[in-house]
Amino acid sequence: MAVVTQSAMTAEPSVTSPKMTARDLNLFYGENQALFDVNLDIVERQVTALIGPSGCGKSTFLRCMNRMNDTIDGVTINGQVTLDNRDIYDKAIDVVQLRARIGMVFQKPNPFPKSIYDNVSYGPRIHGLVNSRDELDEIVMTSLERAGLLKEVKDRLQEPATGLSGGQQQRLCIARAVAVSPEVILMDEPCSALDPIATAKVEELIDELRSNYTIVIVTHSMQQAARVSQRTAFFHLGKVVEVGETDQIFTNPKDERTKGYITGRFG
Amino acid sequence: MSLTFLLLAIAALCALSFYFGRQRAIALSGGRYSNLHSLPAHYGTYTAMWCGLPAILLLLVWHMFQGTIIQGMIISDLPPEILNDSGKLSLALNSIFLLAADNGEHLSVSPEVIDAGKRLASLQIIANVALVVVMISVALVGLAFSYRKISRDMRARNNVERISRYVMIACSGIAILSTVGIVFSLLFEALHFFTKINPLDFLFGLEWSPQTAIRADQVASEGAFGAIPLFVGTLLITLIAMCVAVPVGLFSAIYMGEYASPKFRAFAKPALEILAGVPTVVYGFFAALTVAPFLRDNGAVLGLDVSSESALAAGLVMGVMIIPFVSSLSDDVMSQVPQSLRDGSYGLGATKSETIRNVIFPAALPGIVGAVLLAVSRAIGETMIVVMAAGLAANMTVNPLQAVTTVTVQIVTLLVGDQEFDSAKTLSAFALGLALFLITLGLNVFALKFVQKYREKYD
Repeated sequence: MAVVTQSAMTAEPSVTSPKMTARDLNLFYGENQALFDVNLDIVERQVTALIGPSGCGKSTFLRCMNRMNDTIDGVTINGQVTLDNRDIYDKAIDVVQLRARIGMVFQKPNPFPKSIYDNVSYGPRIHGLVNSRDELDEIVMTSLERAGLLKEVKDRLQEPATGLSGGQQQRLCIARAVAVSPEVILMDEPCSALDPIATAKVEELIDELRSNYTIVIVTHSMQQAARVSQRTAFFHLGKVVEVGETDQIFTNPKDERTKGYITGRFG
Repeated sequence: MSLTFLLLAIAALCALSFYFGRQRAIALSGGRYSNLHSLPAHYGTYTAMWCGLPAILLLLVWHMFQGTIIQGMIISDLPPEILNDSGKLSLALNSIFLLAADNGEHLSVSPEVIDAGKRLASLQIIANVALVVVMISVALVGLAFSYRKISRDMRARNNVERISRYVMIACSGIAILSTVGIVFSLLFEALHFFTKINPLDFLFGLEWSPQTAIRADQVASEGAFGAIPLFVGTLLITLIAMCVAVPVGLFSAIYMGEYASPKFRAFAKPALEILAGVPTVVYGFFAALTVAPFLRDNGAVLGLDVSSESALAAGLVMGVMIIPFVSSLSDDVMSQVPQSLRDGSYGLGATKSETIRNVIFPAALPGIVGAVLLAVSRAIGETMIVVMAAGLAANMTVNPLQAVTTVTVQIVTLLVGDQEFDSAKTLSAFALGLALFLITLGLNVFALKFVQKYREKYD
């Protein structure tokens, strides 16, 4: 298993020029406040893991980063989230284009009930990224390749995606996100519905994708966070309790609550 | 004593036994209900069930056999010369029943028959009194039996559960049996028809004119029973109706399900469903008095010859009638498409309409096809609108501006005529009904299969 532990991470890019930032972000579901003054920086071409007990707001925060919460009624947000120093909640931002720049992979594999090929070509098609069938073929192939799925499916691209195994479906969803050439990929517990072998494959994939994309991953598994991420943020009751290099968070947490959570005293 | 009164008496007994059963359970509990196996109300229900159900079952069985048994008793007393002649026998029985019902004073019949009439009347009275006595006693026996069985450990709750299950089985049995009954009543009359008319002529004949002579000395045509023009008319009107209902219903479903704000939806959805509550006869007025003249007048302006009873008018109005059917079924199907698929599409940067067109609609398509097929079978069977707006002339045409007729319209006109019942004309209505039943049944089965296939995909 080619899982890299980040014990020898020295050349971390400066957090002074983050890819994405959140500043004083508050979110309400109707009357209930789910996020309290969240401040967080996402470093380019790194994996940032969001950990914390259930209901702590980490998935909610993730969905703020590509404005997926817009599709839910009764959500109000104040504060600022930026991508390359531009506020993504600005009125001038086209949310559709924003989501093309910030892809998302969900908890449960959710391939469309179409063929494998059509699943991957869906994004490039709707965004008009290609002019010819050949270009489209190429994007589909490279995306599947990047998601480490090409070898397994290249002889059955026209078969329904729902016939793949759970792990393959999740990697297909990653390929589908990659096909739009996003800058950031958000992953919401991408392995929680997968068996250990499929999980290992997806983790390996995340590690490879890091060279091209900025990745934010929500996970319940602290081992997973330790294995795949370079930075970790610990959420508790809607607040960011502690954020820092993964290594530091897991070996030398500064906050008592972080310590309690990673040592398994609650969560 | 009338049947209503008897049933009321049984109901009163049931209420009483509920009270008794409950009281006894409470008395046995010694003040603490937890001493009992079940709640006191369960014991009450248990006694009420034992009181009412056997009595009602007896009533049903009694009514099934009372007539036959009494008739058998009467017949056995008749003199042999009547018994040996079936014609005389049925005549005599007819007179006997008239006499017994105090309706036979004018009859001139033999004294044996008059005696038999009197005997029948007295037998009927005895039978009715006996029924009352027996039913009330069965109810009381049931009450006493169950009352005595009540004890602290008696599992009244489980018993009530079991008995309720049998009651429900009986109810669904009635529903299924009536379907079977309908099919058989159609089937026998239709077979009767096919002994007079060749089924092939019926199924493939191109001419429909069922006017046969009422009396033997009348001059009339032979009658032609080719059903094709009727089915062509039915399909034409159904097609027009679907052209209205499918796009309008589907788009309104998409709007209601995906775009409308909850507030607007709360108002608009019931408003749309009001359409489903309009009686079809009112749609019929609307088609015949508003839409058809409108089409005729506007057709005249355009130089088209629209007949005043046109397939178009009937089809358009029928389409309006079916809109809520299509829209609420497809709304259900589309709202079953998992949120995760929508999220997946939005997450890739698709807009709402792209998501609906490329993801939700294809995923819901099998279900929508099922909904449309159900709507088609509804349209094919629809009667009142076409009776009022489509006309009677069995024209073999696909021109929507002309009058056509449908299978249902013909069934209505055939059965309200003054033909004798076993003429080919009247019987043909049953053959048409059977054909219609088979077509809609086939469509429904097909539609349900489609919907099922769709369901397997996501569960």
